[in-house]
Amino acid sequence: MQIEYDVVVIGAGPAGLAAAIEVKRNGVDSVLIVDRDRELGGILQQCIHNGFGLHLFKEELTGPEYAERFINELKELQIEYKLETMVIELTKDKVITMVNSKDGLLTVKAKAIVLAMGCRERTRGALNIPGTRPSGIYTAGTAQRFVNMEGYMVGKRVVILGSGDIGLIMARRLTLEGAEVLAVVELLPYSSGLTRNIVQCLEDFEIPLFLSHTITKIQGKYRLEGVWVSKVDDKRHPIEGTEVYIDCDTLLLSVGLIPENELSKGADIEIDTATNGPIVSESMETSTDGVFACGNVVHVHDLADYVTLEARRAGKSAAKYIKKLLQHKKDNIIISPGDGVRYIVPHHVNVDNLEDTLELFLRVNRAYMEKNLIVKLDDTILAVINKKRLVPGEVENIRIKSHMIRDREASFMTIEVQSEGV
Amino acid sequence: MGKRKIICIACPLGCHIEVSEDKSVSGYKVTGNQCKRGEKYGIKEMSNPTRLLTTTVKLRNSYLKRLPVRTNSPIPKGMISKCMREISKIEASAPIKTGTVLIKNILNTGVDIVSSRSISDLSQTDVV
Repeated sequence: MQIEYDVVVIGAGPAGLAAAIEVKRNGVDSVLIVDRDRELGGILQQCIHNGFGLHLFKEELTGPEYAERFINELKELQIEYKLETMVIELTKDKVITMVNSKDGLLTVKAKAIVLAMGCRERTRGALNIPGTRPSGIYTAGTAQRFVNMEGYMVGKRVVILGSGDIGLIMARRLTLEGAEVLAVVELLPYSSGLTRNIVQCLEDFEIPLFLSHTITKIQGKYRLEGVWVSKVDDKRHPIEGTEVYIDCDTLLLSVGLIPENELSKGADIEIDTATNGPIVSESMETSTDGVFACGNVVHVHDLADYVTLEARRAGKSAAKYIKKLLQHKKDNIIISPGDGVRYIVPHHVNVDNLEDTLELFLRVNRAYMEKNLIVKLDDTILAVINKKRLVPGEVENIRIKSHMIRDREASFMTIEVQSEGV
Repeated sequence: MGKRKIICIACPLGCHIEVSEDKSVSGYKVTGNQCKRGEKYGIKEMSNPTRLLTTTVKLRNSYLKRLPVRTNSPIPKGMISKCMREISKIEASAPIKTGTVLIKNILNTGVDIVSSRSISDLSQTDVV
């Protein structure tokens, strides 16, 4: 049996919810949203801390509260959804194969697809930490789900490797639940988490943060017994003789997120090696016509609010595509990162599809203070944006008025961090 | 006189500010801040630092074992662990709606502990 929809959204986290809502709001009624979890909302449901919605609602909401606003809207709009449903394959011609225990194997043909699968945590396997393989080692997000939703405490004496936001949030969370968080260990000389999290999660509870340190050995036969922590040099290599043993029963890993693109790859969608996500246009369309992507599947965002904004753009574009209003052409302006910039999303722009502004997200490759970001169109400088602080841990959001691009016949756009003495 | 170094979190800049007691109207002098908000934050952090507390309580009659809860407004930083102990004494039962008051005026702070999500009970088929 083959079912047909105009738009199918894969993933019901912040990206998928906002995209599906936007599709329907733009006049396309035949829309289905699919998620493998038992409820809507995705990872927001385990992020019980506040800080969501500051940009969008000018309010400080918790993750579940933020999700609920969108879930309510989705239900009011009577958008169809399937839960506990796993998409197992996606093809170039937009045929989606999914399974669940009610329908069994299901094939759905869509005219347009929005990819909103989010991302996955890097694990111990990605780091190759030497030592034994005892229990008591979790990714920070898994521990978060255990503690906040399933009601299991993960341990008593905890070390956290990586100072990403989830790791910092979990340092506070486990402390509140009675565990002793002995150290947060960060390989880089700066934290990759938001400053507010360093202050409210570590300093408030006097949890020590060791910058330029890493874990060099894991010890314990059945349960984790301890970890060896070493200082690293400026090439991030452990310095011999600096190792310290920390007696602990639990290790949380907060060492980065990877966009989850197995399905995208199956549909021959081009992936950017810097973001690990699909290459997208200003309309969030991937290299496959009619397949859009948004949220952490494209690049890892640090605020859910930005995910929502991007997802709205993807949803609106999918609706335009269905109504045959989305323009396609071969010679889009190619956007590429210049000196000091790690990546820019979107990767190319068709000016015919722009409304009043072009919205760009970029991440720099190291920390800079008091620097200019220079936006160039071919060889002309389009804008110089002064930034007091640029750090790899925080995404920069840049908006460029569309007429500034439209008025010139350009083929390349670059953004770079201005070098010294210019 | 008291003096403290604080990282300002009023915006993403994260200024390293220093707050010391003096004889001005506010009673504090803030240095190292780049804007007015930094001054306000520094004084608040020295005189009466407050935090929103988010945690969970045991949940019965649902497919999840914990219900996320929060204080409906910030509480003094020093009250966090006492509040945690109070919150650990209670249990909630599904179905429940966002904003439902679970503890009224916790430890006379004037702040309530409220549910921060809605959740259906086991009889509801909506969720699965």
